[in-house]
Amino acid sequence: MLPRPTTHSKALGPGVAGPELAVAISAVLDRPPKPVSHLPLSGAQPCAVDPAALCDPRQHTKYPYVTGTSVMAIKYKDGVLVGCDTLGAYGTTKRYKSTQRIYHVNSKCVVAAGGEISDFQYISNLLDELTTDDYRFDDGIELSPQEVHSYLCRVMYNRRNKFDPLWNSLVVGGVQGGQPFLGMVGMIGTHYTDSHVTTGFANQLARPLFRERQRDDMSEEDALQLMYDALKVCYYRDKVSINKFQIAKVTKDDGVSISEPFALDMRWDYKMFAQPTKWAVGAW
Amino acid sequence: MGSNAGGFDFDLCKRNAMLENKGMVLPKAWKTGTTIAGLIYKDGVVLGADTRSTSGNTVADKNCSKIHFIAPNIYACGAGTAADLEHVTDMVSGQIALHRYATGRQTRLITAMTMFKQHLFKYQGHVGAALVLGGYDLNGPHLFTIYPHGSTDSLPFATMGSGSVNAMAMFEAYYKDDMDRSEAMALVARAIRSGVMNDLGSGSNVDLCVISKDGADYLRNYEYLQAKTYTRQFPVKYPPGTATVLKQRVLSLKDVEVIEGAAEEMDVS
Repeated sequence: MLPRPTTHSKALGPGVAGPELAVAISAVLDRPPKPVSHLPLSGAQPCAVDPAALCDPRQHTKYPYVTGTSVMAIKYKDGVLVGCDTLGAYGTTKRYKSTQRIYHVNSKCVVAAGGEISDFQYISNLLDELTTDDYRFDDGIELSPQEVHSYLCRVMYNRRNKFDPLWNSLVVGGVQGGQPFLGMVGMIGTHYTDSHVTTGFANQLARPLFRERQRDDMSEEDALQLMYDALKVCYYRDKVSINKFQIAKVTKDDGVSISEPFALDMRWDYKMFAQPTKWAVGAW
Repeated sequence: MGSNAGGFDFDLCKRNAMLENKGMVLPKAWKTGTTIAGLIYKDGVVLGADTRSTSGNTVADKNCSKIHFIAPNIYACGAGTAADLEHVTDMVSGQIALHRYATGRQTRLITAMTMFKQHLFKYQGHVGAALVLGGYDLNGPHLFTIYPHGSTDSLPFATMGSGSVNAMAMFEAYYKDDMDRSEAMALVARAIRSGVMNDLGSGSNVDLCVISKDGADYLRNYEYLQAKTYTRQFPVKYPPGTATVLKQRVLSLKDVEVIEGAAEEMDVS
């Protein structure tokens, strides 16, 4: 079978190719493969100008290679929870199954990323430099999560302006002044703060659950249960994910703790999954 | 207008082409950017749908009906191009009725499913109809999804449309085997609500249809999610005394002659 690019009709929902692919003409078959993973949801094309056309010998980021999928985070009574899986995928291959996509900045803040892992490692380096400067000042003052959020927003936006983005969706979570803080920064510099933030597929899968159940004064058990439900649903319906998750907890009393990777119980044994074509023989 | 000789009148085609050349943009086909969902519970099937129909970025119909009748024991929710859905469901419903008269039996769901998939495959996806087909026949409750290219799935819970991922999040989190009727209705309504609140292509209200061996219960506008705070009553009833009476004159009709019979034509010469 020749590889065919799929389009996503907004009316019909995800995973359904539109009618223009029905006819196998060379204009369709010879179309160069468009990398669709982790394109910004706004639909914007970040690298609309081909640097080669500008006679610029430098290479700019055009596609992500090793990618992480969604990140989801919620505020609760004592602080914030940030959860994601530990997969670094190479296209659709599950290549690196033990990547930690949550970076521990300081005792008040964590940053988690979806998107290109190498760019996330670069961002972690930048944050490490800032933290090291703070340490050398030796005055006990650390960067607050809101400051980290602002800094990352400027970094992402400035890279976008040079048509060379850091291909990440970042989640900044922490506690400042006794209050939980959660923010998101996208690859083109889009940013917001809210009581629950999600990136990637979790925007559509986890956000409805968070909007229904998340409260700023949730207890820790309720928050953990909500996070487990959200991680489970994202694993069920996201092709590029694995059943191995990490949750980072940032509280005002205990600082940052990033859990060991764990797996969740999944249900694959619903009765009606057993013989789906029992009454539709010949179908699938 | 053209002559009244009968047949098709193509006078406006040239005018339309000229207008398009001058830069007129034709209105887009109505689509149902949608959330539709179906769920099998212990004794039957619950189908749910939102009620927003969009034409580009405008809401074309705030309260359209996306759960289409196929047979007394079979209903289909539709996502995709509104015209395609209406016609395909009408066509299959008619064919199913003829089939029912020919065989003398209650329709089976796989018959309807096969008719849909063979029609859609023949048109290679150009008929933009994505359906969630549910019903109850002699073999129990069934739920199928049918994609525009003609493939089908048989599932215990299914969602389609632009809000399908949002609704599926609810199903994946809260589905369990052997739910009873009220639990199933609550979960489907919750899934459609999730689509309405989190997807721009879905909106307005929630329709439900519960099909069991006793028949189908079509609950139109089961939940109003974006109801107006004040709705006018029709017809408007003003209580006597609302309008101040300034003058009153009573005419007695005893002296008026009433002529029975056909009205005369007005003389306009």
